[in-house]
Formats: sequence, structure tokens, C-alpha cells
Amino acid sequence: MKRWRNLWVGVLALTVLAAGLYFRALRRHVKTTAKLQQQSEEQARRELTQPITANSGEPMVKAKLFWASAANDSTLAPVTVDLPLSSDPVVRAKQVLNTLLAGPVDADLRTLPPDAALLEFYLLPDGTGVADFSEALGTSIPSGIESEQLAVDSITKTLAANVPEVQRLRILIHGQEVDTLAGHLDLTGTFPVNPHPALLKSPPSKSAPAQPVSQSTAPAAFERPPAESNGSKLTPAGAAVKLTGPAQTPERAPKS
Amino acid sequence: MRLPLSLAVVALLPLPLAALLSAGPQSSAPPSAASPQTAAPPAPQNAAPVAQRSGLNIVVLDPGHGGTDSGARGTAGIRESEIVMDLAAQTKQALEAQGFQVLLTRQGNDNPSFDDRSAMANAQRGAVFVSLHVASTGLAGTVRVYVNSDLPSAFDGTGLIPWDRAQAPFLPLSHKLGDFVQGFLSDRFKGSPANAQTAALRQLRTTAAPAIAVEVSSVIVEDRAELEHMVPGVADAIARGVAAFRPVYVVPAMPGAGP
Repeated sequence: MKRWRNLWVGVLALTVLAAGLYFRALRRHVKTTAKLQQQSEEQARRELTQPITANSGEPMVKAKLFWASAANDSTLAPVTVDLPLSSDPVVRAKQVLNTLLAGPVDADLRTLPPDAALLEFYLLPDGTGVADFSEALGTSIPSGIESEQLAVDSITKTLAANVPEVQRLRILIHGQEVDTLAGHLDLTGTFPVNPHPALLKSPPSKSAPAQPVSQSTAPAAFERPPAESNGSKLTPAGAAVKLTGPAQTPERAPKS
Repeated sequence: MRLPLSLAVVALLPLPLAALLSAGPQSSAPPSAASPQTAAPPAPQNAAPVAQRSGLNIVVLDPGHGGTDSGARGTAGIRESEIVMDLAAQTKQALEAQGFQVLLTRQGNDNPSFDDRSAMANAQRGAVFVSLHVASTGLAGTVRVYVNSDLPSAFDGTGLIPWDRAQAPFLPLSHKLGDFVQGFLSDRFKGSPANAQTAALRQLRTTAAPAIAVEVSSVIVEDRAELEHMVPGVADAIARGVAAFRPVYVVPAMPGAGP
């Protein structure tokens, strides 16, 4: 009888010990899980999008990236960087923009906030590039006309130098069309990148008097979105911009 | 959300519109007849009716930001929204000394929408619009003037200006105004550019008047006093620039426009 009791106490003690050890492991696990959850969705997505720049299968190209000039940080200066760039314009645009976001060697010459991420890049059949950035692009940038314009210029000039297929650029923040970048710079239109009027489809110059606003014009420094244009549904009224329509955008690269 | 607004074709104000209409074959179209049916944002109540003298009478000063939006914020606790109110008050004085009527887009620490601010100038005849800002970048002690970058032509033959491109017909005048003001600023604040620059500015795009933005550098100064010392000089340069612009701003008479 006594032997049984001793055995029973021994088993209990072992159980308590095992439970204690398991509890510690469990706590550690909960902690790491909590830490993972703290990482924002953006950061996670950024980690997903990062490897695209490090695609070593592509030939090395001398890419020209525009960061702030060391001589005068109110202007941009091109920096030539050896990058493995894809021949696909969408992948190429993502590669150069991710490198631009990663920043120059001298962090003081950044034009874009370090926590901003490129979420997606689209190229519409009419040559309009659509760059979708995370919220940090607008929230972390120093507010001001000069700083916001420098940021947009660095994006458009970098695209112009490396991705000739992009004629103009629209910037979205987390999939949405927004009024301004950080209170000043207008993001409701498109910015000129590589104006190639010869490549433009014939402008829909419908002279319907009922819809006078929809007339499109020659490339200008800042274009308003045409109300109805070549199937690129960019601005459904009131809603978030929907860009999912693979049938309409055959030039889009398949997502890897 | 923005598209219905941008599609709403809005007659903004008869007089500057008249300047452009008179050049086209549609000058007989009476824009005043169409305006009651259009969806212009309501003009602010404090926009006083103004005697219809030709030429430039009114300056709408727009202290940027306000309310929960403090704009650029410096390390020394400097808020853009506060500095621009001080700048607006001193610029108002300087402009009134030159004989202008001055309206402010905000009186206190509120934050009207871009459209409400624009509407204040759009409801006036013979007005210019000056938006005031303090940057968080740039060489401290310099001031830059911005004009909206090119917009596609807003004219379609109906004689109405789309609200979302209201600035388009005024860009040449805005450039002249901007260069005048920038000239006086660069005389006083060394290191400032000689000419006005262009930027896609949301506030200016919907403004149907010669419109500029003035940005002072910067909130990143060690001492708030550095920025405050600049305010009277900036105010004076803006007033001189607008006064120099006054003879350039000729509003042609409009047949059939206005009572």
C-alpha cells in the first residue's frame, strides 16, 4: 500500500514538473506569436515584396536611381546602381522602385520614408503605370510642398530612366485614390513619366456636349483622369479603386 | 467619392471666365444663366459682396492646415498651422496698407476643406489666392513660391469651367503673380529661388483665380524666434508682389456678364 502511494506521489511530481516545463515553452510561444502579430501587415507584405529585387537570374543592368542631391538636398541627383533588372516592365518597375525605397548609401539623401513599401505595380494598356504604396508613404514623409514634390519626382524620374513603357504614373495609397500625399501634393491625377505621343492611342475626343469634362487632351504636366478611357477602370465612383481585371490588363505580369 | 464632384461642371465665377470666353466663338453663351443649376460648393458666409470694380481688389489668404491637422511639426514644438496664422495676420495688414481687401480662409484653429478654401476665392471677382505654408525641409531662412503645374485645358465650348481643373485658365496669370512675389522674397531672403516653381498642388487646382502657394523653410529650426523673425519680411514681400501684379491683372469687360 505504501509502495503504491509513493509511486503515485512520484507520478504526480513528474507530471507537475512536465507541466512546468511545458508552461514555460508555452509562454515563450505565446510571446513570439504576440511579437509576430505586432508586426504590421505592411511590414509583412514588405518582406514578401523584397525578394523581388534580389532576383539573381536577371542580367545586371546599370539602373539610374534618383535620390536627393548631396550638394543641394532640394534637388534630385541620379545615382547609377548595378541591378539585376527584368525585361518585363512591371517586374522591372517593382525592382527599381523597391531599390529606390530601400534608399541610398547616405540615408540623409532618402526621398521616401524608410518604412514605406510598394504594395503593387500595374501597367495599363494605355501606358499608365499605377504604383500602389503603403500608408507610410503619406504618413511618414515630412509634410511640405518641397518634400512631397521631391518624393514624387524621385519616383517618376526613376521610372522614366529605367522603364520606358511607363508613360505616366498614378500613385495610390493602399489601393485607394487619395487627395494628397501628405496634405499638399495632388495625387488625384497622373504624373508624366515618358511622354510618347506616338504610342498613345487616338484620344477619345468625343465631342458629346453632355459630357464635356471627359475630353482627353495632349499629355500635360498633370493630367486629370479621363472619365471614360480605354477600359482602364481606375475610378469607380465613390469606391476603392479596383484594379483587378486580368482580362483587361494583359500586360500585367503574373504574380509570383 | 471624388469623381461625382469632378464630373460636376461648375460655373465658377463670371468675370475671369468672361476673359476667356470673349476669346472664343461661344462668347454669347450666358454663363450666368447656367450657374444657378450647378453644384458649386457654397461660398462661405463671410465672403462679403464686393463692389464690382474692374481689376484686382481682393486677396484671399489661405493659412494652410488647422484644426487637428497641425501641418509640419518641428523639433522645437513648432507647428505649421500656428506660424501660418501669424503670417496671415501680418500679410493681411501689409496688403490692407496697399489698399486691398483681404479675406482669410480660416479665422481660428479650424480646418476647412480644400474646396471650401478655393470656394472663397472662386466666389469673388478680381481676387487672387495666396496659400501660406511652412516646410519641414529646405534651407532655413529661404522662401519658395509655387504655381500649379500644367493642367489640361478646361474649356469645352459650354462656357463652364470644371471645378476640378478650375486653375487651368488662370495658370499664366498665376505664373506672373508667382514671379513677382518670388522676386521680392529672393531679394530679402538670400538663397531663395529667383522664380516661382511649379508643383501639382491640390489647393491651387480648384482655385479659379490667380493662385500661388508660399512655403517658408522650415519648422526644423533650433529656435522658434528664427521663424518668427522671417514673418514680417515674408508678409511685406507678398504684399509688394501682389501690388506689383495688380496692373497686370486686367479683367476684360464681359458682355452680358453680371448685373
